[in-house]
Amino acid sequence: MERDDLIEYSLNTHHSEEHGKALRKKILKVTLLLTVITAVEVALGAYIKQSSGVWIYVKWTFIALTLLKAGYIVMVFMHLGDERKWMRNVILLPYAGFILYLIFIALTEALAVGDAWSGVAI
Amino acid sequence: MAGNTVQLDSKTLWGGKESPFQTSYGKLMMWFFLVSDALTFSGLLVAYGFVRHDTLEAWPIGEETFNSLPFLGHGYPLIYVALMTFILIVSSVTMVLAVEAGHRMDKKGVVKWMIATIIGGFFFLGSQVWEWSHFIHGSEFGRIELMDGSEAIVKGHFGEIKNFTVLESGLHHKKGDVITDDLMHTFQHAAKEGHIEKGGKIHLHDGSVAQVNKARDHDLELTIKMISSDSKRNIGDKIDGKEAEKLYYASLYSGTPKVTYGAPWFEDGEHWLPTKNEYGPQQYAHFFFFITGFHGFHVFSGVLINILIFIGVVKGTYHKRGHYEMVEKTGLYWHFVDLVWVFVFTFFYLV
Repeated sequence: MERDDLIEYSLNTHHSEEHGKALRKKILKVTLLLTVITAVEVALGAYIKQSSGVWIYVKWTFIALTLLKAGYIVMVFMHLGDERKWMRNVILLPYAGFILYLIFIALTEALAVGDAWSGVAI
Repeated sequence: MAGNTVQLDSKTLWGGKESPFQTSYGKLMMWFFLVSDALTFSGLLVAYGFVRHDTLEAWPIGEETFNSLPFLGHGYPLIYVALMTFILIVSSVTMVLAVEAGHRMDKKGVVKWMIATIIGGFFFLGSQVWEWSHFIHGSEFGRIELMDGSEAIVKGHFGEIKNFTVLESGLHHKKGDVITDDLMHTFQHAAKEGHIEKGGKIHLHDGSVAQVNKARDHDLELTIKMISSDSKRNIGDKIDGKEAEKLYYASLYSGTPKVTYGAPWFEDGEHWLPTKNEYGPQQYAHFFFFITGFHGFHVFSGVLINILIFIGVVKGTYHKRGHYEMVEKTGLYWHFVDLVWVFVFTFFYLV
């Protein structure tokens, strides 16, 4: 039996030839950006030694650039930027909250365990 | 949303019948699956971070461990991984172009870009095979334990082994024979077991003893990675020139096992993961194989799913359906695989 009360959301994403052209331009731009970021990361990693004084800044630069890359992949390639605001939030917020806490607690504990093994009084 | 952007108030959206997210069931479920898969990968990377932070040993440095290219040898820090990253990014781009073509109902475009995506996926898997093989076999010098008990990794150009001249006859090789095949493998195997003596006398399996004829190494440099209690060296010390050569061969030719090559899987026939590796702590190799392996498994299944969807595209299944949402959904999974690699690249190879 055919039902006429179902809404076909899959058709929502269809677009015109013109709009497609603009989209392809945007995709090309993001591709160039991701490639440049990766090249910068490799250059930093290859030329700045981990023993150097500025390594700590390089490390945070890596993390910032990675999050930037991830943002472009999720928002543009995966079209999450085009979805409704609360769909975005339902996907990103619980994940971000849980993982940030996990990173914090795991690394804090790891440093404490390391100190205990090396005999540093806590 | 391109096609029909409709302003909907919350009463309509949450009043039943409508989907509050204005998204089909399948796409939403793909997103929920990806969130759960992202939690798994995050768990693995956080576990890696935990071990790295509580370890007292010097942790391997990405640009020292991964500095080789196929056919070109050493001295290209991180270039190969960057290439792998680039391949995956490009295949992600071709996928997004396939999805875009699908939104215009352009079947030819979808076919073209999906073929490109599948080829990109195979390229990435092939690269990973080389990388694993290289990681398992290790460098020509290996990691050496010096006579004072400290351990060093070695960089430089390994002088070619020309041949072995047999000095004492054994079961197969007679005195005066010149052995010319499988030299490097035999040499490393003997070095690992401590079967090479001072002056380069190698004890072969058939009981014969031979002289190793080898060109001199160039630009040898030892970097101390671990110190023993009676060693006067510090972690991070570098030794080069004649001194490096002297220390390296004193250990290698000491007659006791002092060298580790790569991350062998079946060293003593019992372990299926390396108990010792050339690069650093044991867990480093374990995490390398587990994280890149789990990611590689995702790439592999992604390629399979892409092929299945590709068949559907060619047969016209989705065209008849009126939309290419299946391509969009498998695209989500494929982009996710790329996304994970971005993080693995940073936290395993760069930081």
